[in-house]
Amino acid sequence: MDWFPLWNSLRIAAISTVVIFITGIFAAWRIAKLPRFLKGLMDVILTLPLVLPPTVVGFFLLKLFGPYSAIGGFLIKSANIRLVMNWYSAIFASVVVAFPLMYRTARGAFESFDPTLRFAGQTLGIPNWKIFWKIVLPTCKQGILAGTVLAFARALGEYGATSMISGYTPGRTATISTTVYHLWRTGDDAQAYLWVLINVLISFVVLLTINYLESRQSPNQSAQELER
Amino acid sequence: MLKANFKKQLHTFELDIDFQADLEVLGILGPSGCGKSMTLKCIAGIETPDSGYIELDGVVLYDSARKINLSPQKRHVGYLFQHYALFPTMSVEQNLLTGIRPDQAKDSREKSKQVLQTLKLEGVEKKKPHLLSGGQRQRVALGRILLNSPHILMLDEPLSALDQFLKWRVQLDLLELFERWQKTVLLVTHNREEIFQLCDSVTVLTDGKNDAKQTVTELFSAPQSLSAGVLAGYRNFSKIEIIDLEKGLFTALDWGVTLDSPKLTQNALHCGAFSQSLKVLGETDQETQNVIPVACLHQFGKMENESLVCSTPGGDTGNSILYIELHKGETLPPGKSESFHVSIPAQDLIFFNG
Repeated sequence: MDWFPLWNSLRIAAISTVVIFITGIFAAWRIAKLPRFLKGLMDVILTLPLVLPPTVVGFFLLKLFGPYSAIGGFLIKSANIRLVMNWYSAIFASVVVAFPLMYRTARGAFESFDPTLRFAGQTLGIPNWKIFWKIVLPTCKQGILAGTVLAFARALGEYGATSMISGYTPGRTATISTTVYHLWRTGDDAQAYLWVLINVLISFVVLLTINYLESRQSPNQSAQELER
Repeated sequence: MLKANFKKQLHTFELDIDFQADLEVLGILGPSGCGKSMTLKCIAGIETPDSGYIELDGVVLYDSARKINLSPQKRHVGYLFQHYALFPTMSVEQNLLTGIRPDQAKDSREKSKQVLQTLKLEGVEKKKPHLLSGGQRQRVALGRILLNSPHILMLDEPLSALDQFLKWRVQLDLLELFERWQKTVLLVTHNREEIFQLCDSVTVLTDGKNDAKQTVTELFSAPQSLSAGVLAGYRNFSKIEIIDLEKGLFTALDWGVTLDSPKLTQNALHCGAFSQSLKVLGETDQETQNVIPVACLHQFGKMENESLVCSTPGGDTGNSILYIELHKGETLPPGKSESFHVSIPAQDLIFFNG
């Protein structure tokens, strides 16, 4: 049995999650502090990939990174790097599609963060970056972790945009989801069932993790609620 | 010493602050929503005024004319928030250590141990804030501020989040702290008792504007405005019309009686009296000055004293009602809906120009 699709899916999801973790937190922190109108606008733009059909996302990505686009064309000519139809092309797709999940959960956590904690840190002379790392992030840990797991799950299950930008090449670009589609097309039910089972198992674990994180009400939050 | 003179437009009114706090505990007394907390936030640098000047111990914190606006980190202002703002993921000890600035980090463990000792927090240093009592939380927050060695201490409603029993204990702790501290303290509150028990002087803040600074005794004997009178605890007010300024004679319109007092001034528009200064007259009392015929509407019994709500010749609604507090042993009136007489000692009447 060829385990490549599992390995490929996992590395794509893992790399995407790292990228999303950093950009999502950064965007959420910045946007949570914006004035209302700008916040609404940025929110719509960054959430759009969540509601658009993945094929639309795939279409945009191909127009952006394809060999005839400015970026894609330049990279092929100058460095012979082809951004599409490679295993890592799928990272673009899953980053764009899964980003809103991370961004929205993190933003929710930041918005429920008590600003007087930040003010207290500032009056004590703690630099703003340190307040963010030592006070804001630990306090919002639950929300951020939940967002990360959700984003990982979504990245792992990405199909539509991935199949457009990465295609299906066994042993090169095949992921679990594209493999299942291919096996169904070729009528290989036994193999298809196996991959479906693997996929269900992974999703199961992911959802269990999220539930665990959400049920484990952080002591900080409950204490703050008591004080109000 | 703190000089604060600034303006800031808020949603419903403009904050217009002008006061100076010396080496003292200065109370800022005002009803909720009058801009008290915003005033502290502007001094701390969390909010920026629209214009003005703030100076602390000779250092300019904010000057709109010279475009100076120090960050909160550089202002060295100790701010005790109403709900203490302890960092929830850190233990008591870690919270205290965050208060120590890097340039004073020498022996920081020793310093925090000392604070734990003086604030009677030994034994809870490893606990997270949510496991502490309200009083302990406040002490941790105070300790964190003291370790930060700020140039001024600002307390936002320090007692309002505590229950009645804890209040007086914390009050004692605070008084002790103020004595040792020997620096300027600003205390914001809506509670006149906290002003009376903790502050040296007071400025009343209503609708964003603050009155001139007074001593605490002055506030209670001669509040500068009607709203200051309300905050100082006066319950009885009446519009007045002057009959004879020389003789101190005037009509209390709301109460429907003619009274006199040597304290009457030319511009007076309202008079007021403490509920404790009214005297209930018995059958045998010979008092003739400032006597008001009243009828009892309600009577509340408390442990220490009896409170009466009475109608006057002026009516039985709004300002026409008189609140009277009797002390133990004083003559009790005949009972509900009975008529009797009260008198207001001329010296106890106060007058407002507004």
